[in-house]
Amino acid sequence: MNRRFSWFNATSLTLGFVFLYLPMIILIIFSFNSSKLVTVWAGFSTKWYGELLGNKAFLDAAWVTLKVAVLSSTLATVLGTMAAYVLVRAGRFAGRTLFSGMIYAPLVMPEVITGLAMLLLFISIGMDRGVSTIVLAHTTFTMCYVSVVVSSRLVTFDKSLEEAALDLGCTPFDAFRSVTLPIIAPAVISGWLLAFTLSLDDLVIASFAAGPSSTTLPMKIFSSVRLGVSPEINALSTLMIGIVTVGVITASLVSKRSIARQRAEEQAAARA
Amino acid sequence: MAQPANRPVFAPWNDPAEKPLIRFQNVTKKFGEFVAIDDLTLDIFRREFFALLGPSGCGKTTLMRMLAGFEAPTSGTILLDGVDIAPIPPNKRATNMMFQSYALFPHLTVWDNIAFGLKRSDMPKDRIPARVEEMLRLVRLEKFAKRKPHQISGGQRQRVALARSLAKAPKLLLLDEPLGALDKKLRQDTQFELMDIQEKTGTTFVIVTHDQEEAMTVASRVAVMDHGKMIQVDTPDRIYESPNSVYVADFIGDVNIVEGAARPNGDKYAIAWAEGQPEIAATSADTIAPGTKVHFAIRPEKVAIASERPEGRANVIEGTVSDIAYLGNISTYKVEVAGGRMIKAQVANERRLARRDITWDDKVWLSFTDTAGIVLQQ
Ligand SMILES: Nc1ncnc2c1ncn2[C@@H]1O[C@H](COP(=O)(O)OP(=O)(O)O)[C@@H](O)[C@H]1O
Ligand SMILES: [Mg+2]
Repeated sequence: MNRRFSWFNATSLTLGFVFLYLPMIILIIFSFNSSKLVTVWAGFSTKWYGELLGNKAFLDAAWVTLKVAVLSSTLATVLGTMAAYVLVRAGRFAGRTLFSGMIYAPLVMPEVITGLAMLLLFISIGMDRGVSTIVLAHTTFTMCYVSVVVSSRLVTFDKSLEEAALDLGCTPFDAFRSVTLPIIAPAVISGWLLAFTLSLDDLVIASFAAGPSSTTLPMKIFSSVRLGVSPEINALSTLMIGIVTVGVITASLVSKRSIARQRAEEQAAARA
Repeated sequence: MAQPANRPVFAPWNDPAEKPLIRFQNVTKKFGEFVAIDDLTLDIFRREFFALLGPSGCGKTTLMRMLAGFEAPTSGTILLDGVDIAPIPPNKRATNMMFQSYALFPHLTVWDNIAFGLKRSDMPKDRIPARVEEMLRLVRLEKFAKRKPHQISGGQRQRVALARSLAKAPKLLLLDEPLGALDKKLRQDTQFELMDIQEKTGTTFVIVTHDQEEAMTVASRVAVMDHGKMIQVDTPDRIYESPNSVYVADFIGDVNIVEGAARPNGDKYAIAWAEGQPEIAATSADTIAPGTKVHFAIRPEKVAIASERPEGRANVIEGTVSDIAYLGNISTYKVEVAGGRMIKAQVANERRLARRDITWDDKVWLSFTDTAGIVLQQ
């Protein structure tokens, strides 16, 4: 694999990354702009961050978003892990293929449709829309991501470990709690982080599921941008980019580290 | 082999009053249409070291997994101490299993791996540490208690797995190819260690292996399986000396098989095996009808080889040496006899190599007594 880093490769790589990240970089730069005019640079300043902290509407929205993200990702992790466990472990049962297909369908389902379906459900069962409905809607669409992450770990999980636990006197639940869960924990954690990030920046589904008193940050940003982009919004978006980046990087580090450790263990086993 | 001569003979299977610890009654196990265990009936007794031997895929692991509770028989019953174990889940069975892959918990230390089962038993909490220490001493791993499984060697891991399965003092210990991953030297050491532990603890061991030497070394009885059926269940020496079929004779050790037609001749049998050759004289405990097609099986070490025609031997066959395998302590001569058949003769190398007087293409005489071989009808 001694490929030369050619002129062509360098150009395509640069173009690709510019295409991906230029908008965000501009946004971040202009969040430090001292001018009120978004597109005219007038010197460095952090004053918009200060004003952001004084803006109650934004802070409320941020609080709603955080609550929703924590609750829905936790719920999604529990449900997604359970679903993954059953689908990987329960072996063949009637409708298994149908079930696993159905778990993954929301991954490719247009968000508008998921959102609309949730809205119809909430209306038909007479549920008042608010934080709880957003939590439910987000749980629904993030749990399949958790399920994908966790089941990809579970398929490589040595089933005889669970059998050994049963053999040594564990009930099936105890075996899951004291053997399976600690071993797949990195995948569960990265599933949670993924769900958290997805919930944090969802706009479409939240718009369908939200009520008047439960505006999330992405919704707030979207509605204020329609009245014109303000530097405050840039500052806010920069903060969100920061949080999402940290979340995604942590998730990938957690899984990468556990993969590396697993590989080391396997190598140690092979050497023996 | 496993029994020192000065001990009273351990043979509960010969005692009709003895109750078996495990009884398989017409057990069949199917995976879909595939029959993995085929109408199997078998007794295993307390304090036995019982070895299951057979080619890969013959159903050894399946048999173990049924005892441990991970598979249920499709039909038939398995009794443990006279009780049908079918309704008992694995975590309630008085058996422990040592897995082929060891299945050590990677997130727990050696100490916690061994304590794992004890914490889930009715043993009082304050007695657990003492028991774990005892197990660590037994497998000589005291120094490694704090290590994780990936920080110890393969042989040590295997001993942790053994200690973990022994810790709860199960009535029955199931070992599924426990030594498969070890090299020959470590394997032999561990075999003796296993026998030692079995003697100390008095547990009943069922061991799966596909290594016939291992089975012969450790076991009180050996069961030879094929395609989900028990072909022969017997002590190691009887399996070796009196196999009941060509399959068993061929599976255990090296053997010469000569086909022929048998006819009674006094209290012996004469087997015509090749045109113009003297018949082979052999004895058999079974009655064989005249003209029956039989297989005459004889171990290479029971065939003598000489460059002069020997006197006074019941069977003498002439041949030419076609190959010699020198294995250090023994040499195996492959001799071509009438009809192009090959017969192997094995000779212990008591003399130095340079003085060996038989070499390639030499005309030689093979000889054996009339009780050295065995006449097999199947
Ligand atoms: N869960 C299963 N599903 C289908 N076939 C199985 C299953 N377990 C074992 N078998 C089949 O049963 C046969 C016996 O397997 P096993 O008991 O593992 O053999 P051994 O341990 O003697 O090598 C094999 O042919 C194997 O493919
Ligand atoms: Mg096996």
